[in-house]
Amino acid sequence: MHEYSITESILTLALEKAREADAAKITQINLVVGELSGVVAECVEFYFNFISKDTMAAGADLSFVTKPTSVRCHKCDKIFTPKDGDWSCPECHEIGIDIVTGRECYMESIEVE
Amino acid sequence: MAIKVIKVGEDILGANEETARTNKQKLDKDRVFTINIMSSPGAGKTSVILSTINKLKDRIKMAVIEGDVASSVDAEKVEALGIPVIQINTAGGCHLDANMVESALNGLPLEETDLLFIENVGNLICPNAFSLGEDRRIMISSMPEGDDKPQKYPAMFADTDVILLNKTDLQPYLDFNFDVFKKTVTNLNSDVTIFLISCKTGEGMEAWFSWLEGEVGKKKDQAA
Repeated sequence: MHEYSITESILTLALEKAREADAAKITQINLVVGELSGVVAECVEFYFNFISKDTMAAGADLSFVTKPTSVRCHKCDKIFTPKDGDWSCPECHEIGIDIVTGRECYMESIEVE
Repeated sequence: MAIKVIKVGEDILGANEETARTNKQKLDKDRVFTINIMSSPGAGKTSVILSTINKLKDRIKMAVIEGDVASSVDAEKVEALGIPVIQINTAGGCHLDANMVESALNGLPLEETDLLFIENVGNLICPNAFSLGEDRRIMISSMPEGDDKPQKYPAMFADTDVILLNKTDLQPYLDFNFDVFKKTVTNLNSDVTIFLISCKTGEGMEAWFSWLEGEVGKKKDQAA
């Protein structure tokens, strides 16, 4: 159900942008999704096919670019990707990080005719 | 027909963020300190709310928004204490969003409320991605769930302001290692405040009550 509400938001936003551009058809929607966003692409595609049926986005391809998780060490500023659930810094072994990437969930662009 | 690319660059949950901001403004106007309570099912959200109401009801005016997939059992317990409550049923939805809270706010006497509890749907995966208009996020984690939960659900633990680690009375029967739990949590979220509590025995609850009362007071003292 989480993906359902996300898919609704994707469709609403894409239709709004396409209407603003006086487009007749949306052929592709380009999305950027972080690993930590909890969004499952297959689920979004599944719902999208249903809810876009009677709209100008029907049949549009969804393209997902996945952003890996990266974090910055509070102490030495090293940016790294946590491995196997270990969030401590591989360089200075300090704990305490800020999440830099991985939370993204946005629409980069749409392709229209 | 030629294909044209239209740049969007907008957050997919932008509309939710927008509504959350409107909710926050509404709550700020009446200086209602609002907490969004998140946890897995059965960690003790309703028990914490009920204990807190019982302790503070003579001093603080409270209201509750209950989010559940179905049923109104939690809302009935709150109502029995004479506290205004609105039940939201998400009909299968796994989190509350700002729109649902917006409608619920219309049914509550905000002018006569100092503290609003929003009990989110029990889930460790996505409620953190949906702002509701709250002042603070409170996570309840319970010892029987294990000390590895922050490792498995990092985004939830990274996005909270306070963690109530509940069911400490069960510690003798569990392999829960508090040092491991605390280390993982502080690594993800160095500003988090952790309270060890047992809703069952009342142990540790005083520290939580006084933190909460302090925050409610701070919001009351803010210029409207």
